[in-house]
Amino acid sequence: MAAATGRDLRLDLFRGLALWLIFLDHIPSNIVNWLTIRNYGFSDAAEIFVFISGYTAAFVYGRTMEQRGVVVASARILKRAWTVYIAHVFIFVIFMAELAYLTRSIDNPLYNEEMGALDFLKEPGETLIEALLLKFKPTFMDVLPLYIVLLLAFPPVLWLLRRAPTLALLGSATLYTVSWNLSWNLPSYPSGGWFFNPLTWQLIFVFGAWCGLGGVTRLGPFVRSRWVLGLAAAYILFSFLIVMTWYFPRYAVYIPKWFQDWMYPIDKTNMDVLRFAHFIALAVITVRFLPADWPGLKSRWLKPMILCGQHSLEIFCLGIFLSFLGHFVTSEISRSIGMQVLISVLGILVMIGVAWLITWYNTVEGKGSGKQPKPPASDLAGGEA
Amino acid sequence: MRAAGIGLGTIGLGILAYMGAANADSLCGVASHLVHADAPLTRVADSIGKTKALKIVVIGTTSSTLPGAGGEALAYPARLEVALRKKLPEVAVKVISLAKPRQTAADMAEGFGKVLRDEKPNLVIWQTGTYDAMRGVGAESFQGTLESAVDKLHAGGSDIIFMNMQYSPRTEAVISVAPYADAIRWVALEHGVNVFDRQGIMRHWSELGTFDLLTATKSLDTAAKVHDCFGTMLADLIVDALGRDADAPKEPTKQ
Repeated sequence: MAAATGRDLRLDLFRGLALWLIFLDHIPSNIVNWLTIRNYGFSDAAEIFVFISGYTAAFVYGRTMEQRGVVVASARILKRAWTVYIAHVFIFVIFMAELAYLTRSIDNPLYNEEMGALDFLKEPGETLIEALLLKFKPTFMDVLPLYIVLLLAFPPVLWLLRRAPTLALLGSATLYTVSWNLSWNLPSYPSGGWFFNPLTWQLIFVFGAWCGLGGVTRLGPFVRSRWVLGLAAAYILFSFLIVMTWYFPRYAVYIPKWFQDWMYPIDKTNMDVLRFAHFIALAVITVRFLPADWPGLKSRWLKPMILCGQHSLEIFCLGIFLSFLGHFVTSEISRSIGMQVLISVLGILVMIGVAWLITWYNTVEGKGSGKQPKPPASDLAGGEA
Repeated sequence: MRAAGIGLGTIGLGILAYMGAANADSLCGVASHLVHADAPLTRVADSIGKTKALKIVVIGTTSSTLPGAGGEALAYPARLEVALRKKLPEVAVKVISLAKPRQTAADMAEGFGKVLRDEKPNLVIWQTGTYDAMRGVGAESFQGTLESAVDKLHAGGSDIIFMNMQYSPRTEAVISVAPYADAIRWVALEHGVNVFDRQGIMRHWSELGTFDLLTATKSLDTAAKVHDCFGTMLADLIVDALGRDADAPKEPTKQ
């Protein structure tokens, strides 16, 4: 994987892909959603995204820590967390504007109950405070707060990962297990916990970071073993078959009751072990069949996806905004299948266009990461949401 | 000329409105393939067989009611009673609605002991999920609540029909109902309970343009028609399950 010399384009490629999938998944009732991986296995774009973010964060800030010391690296990580926070608040404001419009158009006696979901607009003061504290998070705005928390806690984790990687990974796994078993989670407003529980989701982030700091080399022989490959393929098939019974419930009777009791629920909030395992299986297959020096990574056909992955914070926020817009169009103008496809395609084209624009701007301003592959600047390439 | 046009138009609209009223049943009918019994209702069948009586309790939140003075008579629990009395003329059907605003599944389940004691229902129609989704109750704990409540109701002598959320395209971005709908489907599947897929039915209506669910209005017209359809279709589901009961008592498989 990532040799010390340069950036592993596969990371950008798959992060770009995850950004597209997140955009598609966030438009409710979008027929194009059927293409996204969550319909074919346990894990979804969120796992890919958080893993790659951990990987790149460790890769970039790990090098800073080596060259400039712990203090500078920590400062950069915290600055990054601040940037993500600002992005989150910005998106939140746009979302509130959409809701303010919706409250006027939804009025119908049939929907008296659902309108209650917009009650927080009646108490904007409290809502605002809870939103700034990251406790109030509207639907689909849960990823950036997770990332902010992960970044805030990252400096000591990175320090430990560089000293004693195995110990750090064990610590992360322990926190995951304990939090899951004791139902630890951060509080949400008005009630409940975070949709992406940072205490459990940290595992895939830290695992990504561990891989980014050389863990991949250590795992090399394991990943290349025929047995592991077979196991991964079998697990992906198993997961696929189980997920199919969600859409064709008549086949669910073939799953033994005791097995269902053991398996369900497959919890997204706590990143269920089954989801984590599914992600690992996908990663094993990917690493095996898509080497870092695969020439296709340089082809112009994959360039758009890679560009998006290279500017993930900007493109992520844009994607969230576009999915609001897409939802708005499908609920106010037309819900036809043609419109859903059009919105999906247009949205991805806009994401590519903006990613290209950012790259162009950075090149013009001499910030690198453009045509001349300088070592990526940490503020750009840092593990992004 | 113009007046004549308006006059003709009015007559035309009048005819259309009349046909609309006459076709209320067939309006619902476009979604009838979404109503099917996946499990028998043995306790309901028992009660009908032994006492010729059927007591149904609807437990739910605001979306099981309609506002205003006449709302109660127009909402689906009352319409279900009317429809069932028509379909099962020899049975003494009684439907009671205990719907109250702002209740999570756990809030409602807490009261089940009292409901079983006081009302002794043969069937509970449990409409839930919307408020849990709005409150952000974890889908996992929601599912756990349903599971233990199902056992409690069954042990208390009542069958269950789950009713999932309404299809509400505008609030999809604010209320993420999908995980709760999945939880309902799962519990139903594992415990052999029927689901009235309100969400799927309304989505189908909306897509076909059967009912206009999107226009902002204060009028109860559409809402009343929609609830009338819910009542009729719930009655269909119950009758379907009773038929299934006679055919295949212990096969909760889907056709």
